[in-house]
Amino acid sequence: MILEFVLFFLIMVSGTAGELCVARAMKSVGEVHSFTPAAIGRAFRQAVREGWMWLGVLLMAIGFFSLLGVLSLENVSFVVPVTAFSYAVGTLGGKFFLGEKVTTQRWMGVLLVCFGVALVIIGKH
Amino acid sequence: MTPSRPRLKSYIFILLMVIFGPLGNVLLSKGMRSVGAVTNLNVAQLFHVAEQVFSSGTIWLGIVSMLLFFVAYMLVLSWADYSWVLPASAVAYATVALLGHFALGEAVAPLRWVGIAVICVGVFVVGQTPHSTTQPPGDSA
Repeated sequence: MILEFVLFFLIMVSGTAGELCVARAMKSVGEVHSFTPAAIGRAFRQAVREGWMWLGVLLMAIGFFSLLGVLSLENVSFVVPVTAFSYAVGTLGGKFFLGEKVTTQRWMGVLLVCFGVALVIIGKH
Repeated sequence: MTPSRPRLKSYIFILLMVIFGPLGNVLLSKGMRSVGAVTNLNVAQLFHVAEQVFSSGTIWLGIVSMLLFFVAYMLVLSWADYSWVLPASAVAYATVALLGHFALGEAVAPLRWVGIAVICVGVFVVGQTPHSTTQPPGDSA
């Protein structure tokens, strides 16, 4: 039980922090307008020059291996919805770390997502 | 910058994320079931588990699917808000439950389906908000 809690915590905190770092790196790269292999390769080369990208990948790797660990213990239809709690963390990060404007309507949607996750957890018992 | 409405391009990439993310999760889950439960975090056991993990074809398929998800995710993040992409891609939770139920034979309680439906309503509400509120560098549009 404690191990599961630790793994879920790592998925949500480390995984979300990693995604925020990757999002920050991609904002520096700028919008990818063309999806030819050359253009995607160019965006990739720009992305790997960003320090935030490497930190993000490291944190996401920790989140990924924690996910593998918890998948060995619980059903995927339980594990994945529970990790949606990271939405609240992610939205806060979007607002304060990336400077995004989170409208009241978006907050309402995030709250609904969190409420849905709570039901998924209650539904397990 | 005036916040812009979600574009077709954003929805296409969300669709790719919603397909490859859950598929990856289900393949990883199937692979980890064959590896067995990870019950403690001591180094010797973790090495043993890692050896089994990286010799499983199902887990490698899961990793490829997750990589495709990640590429779609990175590309959409180059123009859309993280706080829009994250909830908009939550439809994946319904996909995971459906795949878990039908592909892996997991029992999904009615309350869990209700929870997933509420998550999808939340996604719809978020999907109605502007998809980008920050000005990316070098983008004058």
